[in-house]
Amino acid sequence: MKNKILSILASLFFAASAQAKLNVVATTSDLAAIAKEIGGDKITLTTLAKPTEDPHFVDAKPSFILKLNHADVVIEGGAELEIGWLPALLDQSRNEKIVAGAPGHISCAKGLPLLDVPATLDRSRGDIHAAGNPHFAISPVNGRIIAQTITDGLAQNDPANAETYRANLKTFTTALAAKMAEWQQALAPFKGRSLVAYHDSWPYFARDFGLKIELFLEPKPGIPPTPSHLAEVILKMKEENAHVIIVDVYLNRRTADTVAREAGATVVPVTQFPGGLKGTEGGYLELEDYLVKALAAALAEKK
Amino acid sequence: MKIFQKVGLAVLVLALTAGATSVRAQETNQVEQLQKQLSQMQENFERVQREQAAQISALTQKLGEMARQQSAEAEKKKLETQLAAELATTMTNEPPSALAKTWTPAAPITVARAGSAYMNMSFDTMMVAGGSTASDPSAQLQLGDHDPQKNGFSLRNAEIALDGAVDPYFKGFANIVLKLDKNNGTEIELEEAYAQSTSLPANLQVKAGQFFAAFGRQNAQHPHTWSFVDAPIILNRAFGPDGLRNVGAQGSWLLPLPFYTEFFLGVFDGQGSTTFGFRNVGDADALGVNRFHGRATIDRGLRGPQDLVFTPRLASSFELTDQQTLVAGVSAAFGPNDTGANTGTQIYGADLYWKWKAANAGEGFPFVSWQTEALYEVYEAGADATAATPLPAETLRDWGVYSQVLWGFKPRWVVGLRGEYANGNHGAFDASDEFRGERTRLSPVLTFYPSEFSKIRLQYNYDQGEHFGSQHSIWLQLEFLLGAHGAHKF
Repeated sequence: MKNKILSILASLFFAASAQAKLNVVATTSDLAAIAKEIGGDKITLTTLAKPTEDPHFVDAKPSFILKLNHADVVIEGGAELEIGWLPALLDQSRNEKIVAGAPGHISCAKGLPLLDVPATLDRSRGDIHAAGNPHFAISPVNGRIIAQTITDGLAQNDPANAETYRANLKTFTTALAAKMAEWQQALAPFKGRSLVAYHDSWPYFARDFGLKIELFLEPKPGIPPTPSHLAEVILKMKEENAHVIIVDVYLNRRTADTVAREAGATVVPVTQFPGGLKGTEGGYLELEDYLVKALAAALAEKK
Repeated sequence: MKIFQKVGLAVLVLALTAGATSVRAQETNQVEQLQKQLSQMQENFERVQREQAAQISALTQKLGEMARQQSAEAEKKKLETQLAAELATTMTNEPPSALAKTWTPAAPITVARAGSAYMNMSFDTMMVAGGSTASDPSAQLQLGDHDPQKNGFSLRNAEIALDGAVDPYFKGFANIVLKLDKNNGTEIELEEAYAQSTSLPANLQVKAGQFFAAFGRQNAQHPHTWSFVDAPIILNRAFGPDGLRNVGAQGSWLLPLPFYTEFFLGVFDGQGSTTFGFRNVGDADALGVNRFHGRATIDRGLRGPQDLVFTPRLASSFELTDQQTLVAGVSAAFGPNDTGANTGTQIYGADLYWKWKAANAGEGFPFVSWQTEALYEVYEAGADATAATPLPAETLRDWGVYSQVLWGFKPRWVVGLRGEYANGNHGAFDASDEFRGERTRLSPVLTFYPSEFSKIRLQYNYDQGEHFGSQHSIWLQLEFLLGAHGAHKF
């Protein structure tokens, strides 16, 4: 009798948990895209930041408090990416499940070897990030690790669907590996080529594809371009035969255009967030596809 | 595996024989058909094989996992007993060796690296240079405690801010403000020091300590986040130079609605100048008598819960579009005041904040925001027969509004305009009361943010008041922040 009641209760519990999908909130749309691949139809997904806006400067809108209040899991980039807005929201969300350190708080930077970790903290060098460069998710190599991190996190919070998440991870990483070979092939002819970026948010992407993105329109992170610095950049571009400038959609395109005119270069609008540019809405793979194609086309223009 | 292969082969043989019979029947496309069938069979065979393989690997994995789990459990048990045994024996204190290993005198010391310290620390300094047509701007024009105090230089806010997780149940915050008085002597003030709960059920949150009351928009904001050099007139009139803050507790509840709505209820001790219109004895006159609105005050003390200050507030927010957000709220504050044995004060407020931010905002720009607050205060002033001109018992009613628009027209640049009006009913002591009378102020402002950690602000005030006529002031402010930059609320 006791067993019967227990089994009925257990089946009721499982029925209830099977119906309620895991409520996942991602801070940015790149992490959301990966979470969608892993979670599939087992999760409901909300993204806080718009794909077109600067992820460092998102308004901590009260509606986000509500979204976080309802969340089972929050997925953040971490490494100070959302430091200007997420902590205040988490404080107000009154949701113990997702506070930093709780199982429902998935920080994607965890377990990733970060680049540009400063030896000393000195803001005279610009708005540096103490934990390292937080724009890591755009690297497919990191994308794979993030997918694993998200899978582990979702599985921990929703053990009933753990197998599905793991199977989805396998599907995703297989597709990613196949695509990666394609992308590497597409960018192989340009190995070692120098590109210019507005802001230093592309070191991981450069590493993955053997590109050199070490010239920036900003003299220091977060400090807007000055004419003297731009002049230096233009000279270096000529020296290094760099003729592609990449600019994130939320940064000043006009400055890049001016430099491009002077240096005889091409400006390529880029984004690290699915939906940031037309043609990238599909998801993580579609975004990388778009970037690789756009860069390969621009790099092939002049040799 | 073998069985499946055999079955597959048998199927294949059958298929071939079947194919062979059809050879005799139709000679024309026999080869084609055969090939087709063969490839179909092959496909089927391969599919079955794949499925079986997947099943086998899944089962193997599961088996492995179960075994691992079992061994992990056994391991944990073992560890537990081992630990229990170790803990039972007397503990010896071994010197911690980790520090000595990682740090050498030659290595740089980094304080407060994110995530490596128990609390975030910052130090924020705001100084102002400028002047006014009034010889003493602090007498009637700049009534806020963080406002510029005199012509020339003033430094009224050097703030040490600390915050961090106390334990799994509380977060802690403290703001310690250092400021220079008119003689450039240092004053110190414990502006805020409070703990806030993190794990209460039912969407509740409690904070306790010394903190700003949740009344309207600007009262609870620190000067660092203000959009102007000074505080709005009506906030100074209702809440005094410091804003409404006191030692007490506040509960807040996030309502289960489809849009953000939060209800706050604060309870404060209510004694002292930081609860300005409440149990505040006021400033001493030349004879050493404490006065407020001209009346000699009595220190009522706290007779019971009815003498506390209560501050309810309800705030809601709506996403008008993808790029526009609206926050609206109503607030109130109730409590006794010190001008009589049974006199009380009631303050009511309504606030509105709207913000538009471009979809492709870089560094948070461009944006336009609009903020408006209106307040109404009822102050039951007691009679004072001992005053130079005897003052009757009367009800002082004050009201005022400010409205400000800010436009972040390009990264790092914000231009703004604030208009204010304040007035009240006629009171017997009004002529000498800098906190009463009709007053209008218009303030254009331009702010430049060299980075997130510094700002330079230029503001002009056109001030028109019943007590002082027309006055002009111009203020240039510099702010710089060291250390952790905390996340901003909306």
